[in-house]
Amino acid sequence: MSGTGQDKAAKTGRWMIWLPLVLFAAFVALVMIGLFRPAPREVASTLIDKPMPEFDLPPGLPGRPGLASADLKGGEPHLVNIFASWCLPCRVEAPQLERLAAMGVPVEGISVRDRTADLQQFLATYGDPFERIGADDDGQVQLALGSSGVPETYVIDGKGVIRYQHIGEIRAEDIPMILEKLEEARR
Amino acid sequence: MIAEFGLAALWLAAALAAFQLIAGSLALTERGEGLAGAVRPVAVVQGLLTAIAFVALILVFARTDLSVKLVAMNSHSMKPLIFKIAGAWGNHEGSMLLWVTVMSLAGGFVALVERRLPERTMLATLAGQAFVSLGFYAFLLISSNPFERLDPVPAEGNGLNPLLQDLGLAFHPPTLYLGYVGLSVAFSFAIGALITREVGPAFARAMRPWVLAAWIFLTLGITAGSYWAYYELGWGGWWFWDPVENASLMPWLAATALLHSASVLAARNALRAWTVMLGVVAFSMSMIGTFLVRSGILTSVHAFAVDPERGSFILVLLAIYIGGALTLFGLRAATVTEGERFAPVSREGALVINNVALCAILGIVLFGTLYPLVTEAFDTKVSVGPPYFNPMGAVFFVPMLLVLMVGPLLRWRRDSLARVRPAIIAAGLAILAAVIAVLLVGGVGVLPFIGLVLAVGLAVASVMPLRGRNLRRTPLAVWGMVLAHLGIAVALFGMASESAFSVERLVALREGESATVGPWTVRLDAVEPVAGPNWTALEARMTARYKDGGGSMLLPQARSFWAPPQQTTESALKTRWNGQLYTVLGGESPGQTGPGRWQVRLWWKPFVTLIWYGGLLIGLGGVLALIGRTASDIRRVIARDKIAYRRERQNR
Amino acid sequence: MKHVLAMLLGLIATTLAAPAVLAQEEQTAPYAYRQLDDPEQEARAHDLMVTLRCLQCQGQSIADSDAPIAGSMRSLVRERIAAGETPDQIRDWLMERYGDYVSYEPRVTALTWPLFALPVVLILLAVVLLRRRFRSGRAAA
Repeated sequence: MSGTGQDKAAKTGRWMIWLPLVLFAAFVALVMIGLFRPAPREVASTLIDKPMPEFDLPPGLPGRPGLASADLKGGEPHLVNIFASWCLPCRVEAPQLERLAAMGVPVEGISVRDRTADLQQFLATYGDPFERIGADDDGQVQLALGSSGVPETYVIDGKGVIRYQHIGEIRAEDIPMILEKLEEARR
Repeated sequence: MIAEFGLAALWLAAALAAFQLIAGSLALTERGEGLAGAVRPVAVVQGLLTAIAFVALILVFARTDLSVKLVAMNSHSMKPLIFKIAGAWGNHEGSMLLWVTVMSLAGGFVALVERRLPERTMLATLAGQAFVSLGFYAFLLISSNPFERLDPVPAEGNGLNPLLQDLGLAFHPPTLYLGYVGLSVAFSFAIGALITREVGPAFARAMRPWVLAAWIFLTLGITAGSYWAYYELGWGGWWFWDPVENASLMPWLAATALLHSASVLAARNALRAWTVMLGVVAFSMSMIGTFLVRSGILTSVHAFAVDPERGSFILVLLAIYIGGALTLFGLRAATVTEGERFAPVSREGALVINNVALCAILGIVLFGTLYPLVTEAFDTKVSVGPPYFNPMGAVFFVPMLLVLMVGPLLRWRRDSLARVRPAIIAAGLAILAAVIAVLLVGGVGVLPFIGLVLAVGLAVASVMPLRGRNLRRTPLAVWGMVLAHLGIAVALFGMASESAFSVERLVALREGESATVGPWTVRLDAVEPVAGPNWTALEARMTARYKDGGGSMLLPQARSFWAPPQQTTESALKTRWNGQLYTVLGGESPGQTGPGRWQVRLWWKPFVTLIWYGGLLIGLGGVLALIGRTASDIRRVIARDKIAYRRERQNR
Repeated sequence: MKHVLAMLLGLIATTLAAPAVLAQEEQTAPYAYRQLDDPEQEARAHDLMVTLRCLQCQGQSIADSDAPIAGSMRSLVRERIAAGETPDQIRDWLMERYGDYVSYEPRVTALTWPLFALPVVLILLAVVLLRRRFRSGRAAA
């Protein structure tokens, strides 16, 4: 089982023998981090603290103004809610948006890949907090904002800079946090 | 009742596995030698008990016994029977039970037939197998009990994911599982050999059929999975470098390397430590793949809910088994010498290069699959996809293919390239002809170009080992090797051709209108509603003509399932010898194009089917090799048993 | 007739299972399911699309996905290619908004260089392994 040449080869190869175990330990450490400190599943926009991209959306409803990026530079912070009538979580979110609107927060809407008739029915059923509704039928403004799903809500400060992106529906317990973000945007 | 019966069988099997581990380990010591006789029978009974448990689960699913939680969660009374049965393993708990069942049956089979190894190595191997099984029993019984009851009993089940309600997919996961679990036997052999320091040709011969069988199942499983993705996902893609796919590719790469290094060990008593390590690595890749898929750690947005408990459990098993095995390897490998020497230009030399290249590709796939996790630890999301895997894999795949063209022709130990010059010239000429042909066609990207050209060269080179042989007397194992290597060439040609020559047409058609795609003219005759057992669909009737040939009918569907509600597209394919026409019915075309138009997606994919025919050839090659190798073994076992039987009778 | 009956049964089952039928997500982006007229431009758009990740799917490129947002992204790519932008400009535009996640083609950054170092390391490792193997082989022979 042994010869002098082979012994020498075995000796020089010793560090390599432990290489698989070292790599395996690194793998375990890596997935431990992944398991116990999971990264958020959402794809967040990287436009935070950058100016809102320029856009000008036609009205989503007759008799209601559409939404343009210029509308968001009036000095007052705004909430811009990306929603759609086909989106289930948007229904869950609707009461919270109404509450925020009732507190005097200007809430603007961007409806994504939607139809006027469906939109009207959705707003009639679940409440209508929106001052303006821009119809983003092609989903291009959604992409320009770095939004990857519906609903999402952006806090825009008075100069038209994106300050915060909320991914998923706003729940009742999120309202204080949203108000705080608006307050920060006011500063 | 059936559920409780199955659960009881499972507990009993677990108890027997514990006994097998203890008895097997003690039998290795001097004082416990008396226990040695019990180990093999226990392994067999353990296998049978898990089979009983698995049959119980299938029965519960076949009857849609909704009082069993697993059935209620994953089945539905209106599902066709075949999918009810397939539903038994189409979920986490059931598939883990399938895993344990196959593993224990394989262990029992080894215990029953394997007599070539020294008995001590066998005891260590069976103890190792029991040790690995125990972890999975614990996993099943503690955190994933498939027989759990539900109270109150629901009126109806949740149904099975419609994407999975497909014959191809019903049998794709179990095929892969057979492969994964077959590698666990190789793993146990490696452990047994390391413990008793008996790493030699006998070990390689005992392990080889298991690796070969596992590798066949992996090959077929991956091929079937790729074809399923191709026709079911509705966009004509057949490989996405998705983590789930990579999880099945990695064990295949490791098993392929192991298969070749085991051949070297069996024939020449060389590459000892390397082969043992690959035995450990191959099963590690099976477990790592299962872990990555099950823990949901890598699947991105909109993934199944991540289950940290399940993930951590598999991770603990991984750490114990793989960490333990690699530690054992580190401790023992220094005393396992590399064995016989050989020159760089020799059969062994070519196989070493093949092994190194396969391991490098494995490294690329594993690293690329895991890297998004690394960046997530630094709070950055990164995607690693085809633009990374394709070229990086090619860096190692191309040299490997070149060596593959001559390797099988070389002699063991020492050879010269001059001796195989005719074969090199033949392959070279084929490559040259292919280069000219592809340049004449033009417009082919770099990677597909390399693929096409090397595929032609390899196809010629792969049959060279048959040159000058009497074909009738050529051993089955050689036929198997030739077919498998030819299969690589065939599949590679299909992949490269699909990538280089596919034509895509997206059109909005009214009924009666036509569109052309490549040499085909496709007319949309009508779109009508149809219904299946648990779905409704819109079905397009299309007539396709190849050049001026006769028309053939294609019926792609857009299906809506209601339990659970989901839309799927059923593509319709028309296969010719030189490729496939792929048709998909999208939705009704909106807006500008006016009403009454239907979105239709058409592809002409020249030679795409060669991808899967190649995969089948590779698998067939494996089957021939397996038959050839085991036939002689079986003959030997039968002869020896006969002798033993006669002796026994004479003694009486 | 049988079909119609089954359809009816199906409809009933659907309405029972999901009492609130959701409005459909409309795909009106012009180039979601329509190719560019110029085949050369379409080829460039397609080559880019297969390397962009669908934001709502599991491991699919926007060229392989029925998700509505993937349709919007395809339309964006085709419209911008038609308007004369280069694939790299479009990729950069998207990465500005979604980060590196949206591209399947990793860039070399401070965080991703190991991906590109790996093949080199593997080649070195292979050379070390093979050299030792064959050199000692010659010595023994």
